Amino acid sequence: MTSATFVRQQLIAPSNPPASSVGTPAWLRQKLFGSALNAAATVISALILAALIWPTVRFMFIDAVWDGSSRVDCLEETVKRPVGACWPFIAAKFAQFMYGFYPADQVWRVNLTYVVGLVLLVPLLIPRAPWKTLNAVLFFGVFPVAAFYLLVGGRFGLPHVETRQWGGLLVTLVITFAGIIGSVPLGILLALGRRSSLPLLRWFCVVFIEFWRGVPLITVLFFATYMLPFFLPESWKLDPLARVLIGVILFAGAYMSEVIRGGLQAIPRGQFEAARALGLGYWKMMAFVVLPQALKIVIPGMVNSFIALFKDTTLVLIVAIFDLLGQLRAAFADPNWATPVTVLTGFAFAGVIYFIISFVISRYALYVERRLSTGVAH
Amino acid sequence: MKRVIGVLGLALAIGLSGQADAQTLKTVRDRGSLVCGVSQGLPGFSNPDDKGNWTGLDVDFCRAIAAAIFNDPTKVKFTPLAAKDRFEPLRSGEIDVLSRNTTWTSSRDAVFNFVGVVYYDGQGFMVRKALKVNSALELNGASVCAQSGTTTELNLADYFRANNMKYEIVAFGTADETIKAYESGRCDAFTTDVSQLYSEKLKLSNANDHVILPEVISKEPLGPVVRQGDDQWFDVVKWVLFGMLNAEELGVSSKTIDEALKSKQPEIRRMLGLDGTHGEQLGLPRDWVVRIVRHVGNYGEIFERNVGTSSRLGISRGLNRLWTKGGIQYAPPIR
Repeated sequence: MTSATFVRQQLIAPSNPPASSVGTPAWLRQKLFGSALNAAATVISALILAALIWPTVRFMFIDAVWDGSSRVDCLEETVKRPVGACWPFIAAKFAQFMYGFYPADQVWRVNLTYVVGLVLLVPLLIPRAPWKTLNAVLFFGVFPVAAFYLLVGGRFGLPHVETRQWGGLLVTLVITFAGIIGSVPLGILLALGRRSSLPLLRWFCVVFIEFWRGVPLITVLFFATYMLPFFLPESWKLDPLARVLIGVILFAGAYMSEVIRGGLQAIPRGQFEAARALGLGYWKMMAFVVLPQALKIVIPGMVNSFIALFKDTTLVLIVAIFDLLGQLRAAFADPNWATPVTVLTGFAFAGVIYFIISFVISRYALYVERRLSTGVAH
Repeated sequence: MKRVIGVLGLALAIGLSGQADAQTLKTVRDRGSLVCGVSQGLPGFSNPDDKGNWTGLDVDFCRAIAAAIFNDPTKVKFTPLAAKDRFEPLRSGEIDVLSRNTTWTSSRDAVFNFVGVVYYDGQGFMVRKALKVNSALELNGASVCAQSGTTTELNLADYFRANNMKYEIVAFGTADETIKAYESGRCDAFTTDVSQLYSEKLKLSNANDHVILPEVISKEPLGPVVRQGDDQWFDVVKWVLFGMLNAEELGVSSKTIDEALKSKQPEIRRMLGLDGTHGEQLGLPRDWVVRIVRHVGNYGEIFERNVGTSSRLGISRGLNRLWTKGGIQYAPPIR
C-alpha cells in the first residue's frame, strides 16, 4: 500500500532567481531604469558625461600634438587638422613646472629630498609597518631639517641655492608640507589654550585665532613680504620664502585650532572626569585620553584644511614666488610657445597634477577614518 | 597704548628715512648683484625661456645695468612682480630698479623717478584682413572688443569722438576673454596696447588673417623706475639707457665693438671711454658703454632680438626708431 501522503526526504535545490533580478541587466534595470524619473535621470547624466568626456579625450589625446620644438608645431596651419593639447610645450617647460629656476645641475637635490620624504612617509602611512615612533620622529623631526640643508645648501659642500630660484611644484609642496607640519601642533596648542581655564591664556588664544581668521591670506602674505621690511632693521632681513612660510603656518594654525576645538568639544565630559579620577595630570589626560579621540573625530576636517592649504599655495604668486601655477603663467608668456591651445594645455596639465595629489590625500584620509572608527558608530 | 603707537611711528619713520638715504649703487656693489623687478610674464618684455632664463626687452635692460656695473650681465636677480604690486617692493628697497613695462605718467613720477623711455607703446587696433580696412579712420560704425576697467576704454571713446566716428564697445573682464571674443567674431576690431596686440596675435588660430593697423591712439611710454632721493643711482640707470641709444646712433654694436675701440671719431672715443672720464662722473666705470654693448648689445640689437622683426612677435620699430631714422628715440650726448 502506498501512502497517500508524500513526504519529501530532501530539500529541493534552490532554483536560480529569475534572470530579470540578477546580474548586470537586473542591476541596470533596478538602479538606472527603475522608474520613469530614474530612467530620465540616467539618460541625461549619460549625455552630460558623454558631452564632457569625449571632447576631453579628443583634446588630451586624439587631437593632441606630441612632438615639436616651438609654437609652429602646434599650429593648425602646420599640422593641417584641428589641434588639441600641445604637449611639447609641457615637455619643454616641464623642469620649470617641477623645480622653478632651480639650477639644472642641482636638481638631483630636490629629487633626493622627494625620495627621502617618500621613503619615510610611505611606511608611516601603512598601519602594519613597524617602528612607527622612530619613523614619525624621522619624518616630522629629522626630515624637515635634512630637507632644509639639502634644498638650501651652503653647507656640506653643496652650493647655496637661493629660495628665489625655487619654483613650480617644489614650492607648492614645500609650502604645503611646512604648513601641515607647523599648523597641527600650533593648532592643538591654540585649541587647548582657547579652552583653558586661565583667563589670560584663553584671551590671548582667542585674540590670536580671531585675528588670523579675520585677515585674508593674501593680506598676510603681502604684509609679510612687502610691509615688514619697513619695520625691521636692515640686518633682520628674513628670506622671502621663510616669511611666507611663517605667514602660512600662523594662518593655517588658526584654522586648524578651530577644527581641533570642534573635536575637543565633542568629547563627553565623562572622559575628562574619568581621566582625572585615574590620577592623570592635565597633559597626560590630554595626550592619552582626550586628544586621541578628539583628533580622530576631526580627521575629515583636518584633511579638508590640508587640501585647502595645498590649493591656497597658489596665492604666493602675488608676492613674487612662483608656485606651480605661477610657473605656468610665466610659461604662457613665452612668445616661442604662444598658440591658441597653449593656455588650455597648461591648465589641463596643472589640473591633472592638483587633482592627483588632492585625490590621493582625501582617499587616504577616508581609509584612515574607516580604520579608526571600528566599533564606533557615528 | 599711546607709547606703543609712538614707538611704532618712530620705527616707521626710521625705516622710511633709512630707505631714502640709501646709496643704492653702493648697496648693489656690496651685494655683488642687482635686484631687478620685472613682470611675471609678458611676451617679449620679460618671460622665462625653455631653459628657465629670463629674457626680453625689460630683462635685457637689467642685464645692461649689471654689465655696466659688474662687467657681467649675469649678476642680476629677477623679482617677478604683478602689475598692482609693482611699486611696494621698489619703495621698500626689495628691488633696486623696476623694469616692468611701466607707463610714465605724472602721478607716478610724483612718487618715483622714471629714467627714460625704453619702449614707446600706445593703443592700437587689430582687425581681420577680410574687412579690407587699412586705417583706424575707416572704423566708423565698427564694434570694438576691449578690456573693461582700463584706460583702453577711455582712449577709445576719445579717439572716436575726436574723429566724429560711431562705434560700439564690447568690453570683457580679462585679456584672454577679450581676445577670445574677437576671435569668435563678436566684434570687428580688437584694441589694446600695440605690443600686446602682437603677442595676442600669436594666440589666434589663423594669425595671418589678422592685421594690426598703423594708427597709435594713445601715449604709453614705458620706462624703468627708481626710487626718489638717490640722484646718483638715478643717473647710473638713466645713462645705461642713454649709452645703449648712443651706441646704436653711432653704429657701435656687439659685432663692431672691437673695431669701434680703434676708432678715431671723437664722439665714439668719448662714448667708449677712450677719451675723458665721462663714466666716472656718473659713478659708472669709464668703459660702461663698451661693457653694455659687448655683453648685451646696443638698443637696436636688444629691440630686434626681443620684440622686433627677427623675434616671434615681429613688432616694427615705428616710434622706437632713432630720431635720425624717423623715430623719437633720442639720447643726450656723452660729453
